[in-house]
Amino acid sequence: MILVLGRRLANVIPTLVAVIALVFLLFSVLPGSFISGMNEDGRTTIDPQVMERMRKEMGLDDPLPERFAKYLAHTVTGDLGKSFRTREPVTFLIGQRVWPSLKLVFAAMSFAIVIGVSLGFVAALKPGSLLDTAAMVGAISGLSLSQFWLGLMLMYLFALKLQWLPSFGYGDGGLTHLILPAVALGVGPMALLARTTRAAVLDVLNADFVRTARSKGMSERRVVTWHVLRNALVLVVTIVGLQFGSLMGAAVVVEKLFAWPGVGSLLVDSVFQRDMPAVQGCILMIVIFFLAINTLVDIAYVVIDPRIRYGR
Amino acid sequence: MKLPRLRGGTSLWIGGGLVALAMVVAIAAPLIAHTDPVLDANLMNAEIPPGFDFWFGTDAQGRDIYSRIVYGSRISLTVGVVSQVLNSLIGVTLGLSAGYWGGWWDDFVTGLTNLMLAIPSLIFALAIMAILGPGLSSLVVALGLTAWSYSCRVARAQVLSLKGQGYIQAARILGYGDLRIMFTQILPNILGPLIVIATLGMGGAILSEAALSFLGLGIRPPFPSWGSMLSEARDQITTAPWLSVFPGAAIFLTVLGLNLLGDGLRDILDPQSTTRRT
Repeated sequence: MILVLGRRLANVIPTLVAVIALVFLLFSVLPGSFISGMNEDGRTTIDPQVMERMRKEMGLDDPLPERFAKYLAHTVTGDLGKSFRTREPVTFLIGQRVWPSLKLVFAAMSFAIVIGVSLGFVAALKPGSLLDTAAMVGAISGLSLSQFWLGLMLMYLFALKLQWLPSFGYGDGGLTHLILPAVALGVGPMALLARTTRAAVLDVLNADFVRTARSKGMSERRVVTWHVLRNALVLVVTIVGLQFGSLMGAAVVVEKLFAWPGVGSLLVDSVFQRDMPAVQGCILMIVIFFLAINTLVDIAYVVIDPRIRYGR
Repeated sequence: MKLPRLRGGTSLWIGGGLVALAMVVAIAAPLIAHTDPVLDANLMNAEIPPGFDFWFGTDAQGRDIYSRIVYGSRISLTVGVVSQVLNSLIGVTLGLSAGYWGGWWDDFVTGLTNLMLAIPSLIFALAIMAILGPGLSSLVVALGLTAWSYSCRVARAQVLSLKGQGYIQAARILGYGDLRIMFTQILPNILGPLIVIATLGMGGAILSEAALSFLGLGIRPPFPSWGSMLSEARDQITTAPWLSVFPGAAIFLTVLGLNLLGDGLRDILDPQSTTRRT
């Protein structure tokens, strides 16, 4: 187990450094800094002397390699710099947003797993049936929806017309505010999970060991719960992991639509304000989340499937 | 291994039909649109619900939503097709060469692919849009540079499995150069899966275009992209819900068409299903 973790970390850390470098480079070539942006909106004019001082203060005049070295050194020690806009530490800004983001992602994923896996499972047990066809039509439709349109439609129906649920915002952090964004975000992974589960279960149902189990007189119920479900789970866990990890990034649009105070909406706002430290911090946060979830998935494999022991 | 999603043929035909429809609409836009999508604003006609004169209603500036959606198809399809051509070119070139040559180049490409996979493509595209500024060409670049990891992986894996085959060795003995072998001997054999990936990727690119335009980073109003139309429509959802319904439905049907087509093509071109989407 420790070996698995060690090998994963050895893979993860170079990726992380590369992401930091990439993001830093991307935004160093950004035309127009935060300060020139302040001048361009026409409402405020800043004295050139003040601008010069601000540039110095924010370290925008230093040569690129020097800035990167500084940035990397700070990042490794957990210091993501100060937001250009609010002057607060980026870690603090992101810290405020992480919990709502996690809540949204977990809620969306729970929805996706519960509905998606059971749909796919039931569909696979009766392939070609009406239920199967309906589930698969639903799944491919779910994959084709744009989240924010679905969110908009849900908002219109359940918040504005029926008035069952609040239309946007975080509220007091309760469940009612969470439902609509979570469903809008969860439909895509749900559809993917339904398809994957169905394919995985169908695969396993044709496997030799299932035929053996049946022929030795095992009850169908036991075959399904003991052999089929467990083996199909391996593939399903892969998809859950990949989806889970990328969901915080995908949440950007839904968060913006529902005015959800997560990392994604902070990212979009910061992009518009050219608040580079905050943008870099948010992207880093999203990537770390992705890598962390994937490491967890790798560990989960070993637990679910004893055949995988990662010995080369 | 049997993995029919919907019955192969049905999804191919429905998907192909929807995609063909979208393409016809895009090509014939000036013929079938009722008005100019940008210029024909008339405040006398503001926010008219769908009806006989205005099939899909009008927006706050009195522009015909139907005509705007017709023209919007041009943007969506352009973004979808061009960005996928870019992605395929990058992915196939990197994947082919990495699998064929191996060595440090392979390590480098694999590392790059893992890096691309770690950054969600929408986030990456968003960052590039922030740098390049809004507009069609930046959209194509942003989406065309950020989603090649999948075709790269598939191309590389396929090359690795084909490299040892007799006909590749035969070609080498005949004195074919590396590039010639890659593009004339290997590429045709892996084209099937790559076409499936590109078809499904087109749907993804159209969704990303809509998302970026919705956030205000893609196509900016007044130009009629389906995403930017939705972005404008959000504020009027209480008074004019049709503004949101129709552009969203257009996105849905186009992407659904591409997904069905991709599924159907997979059953024909890639029976072993190397492209099962993860």
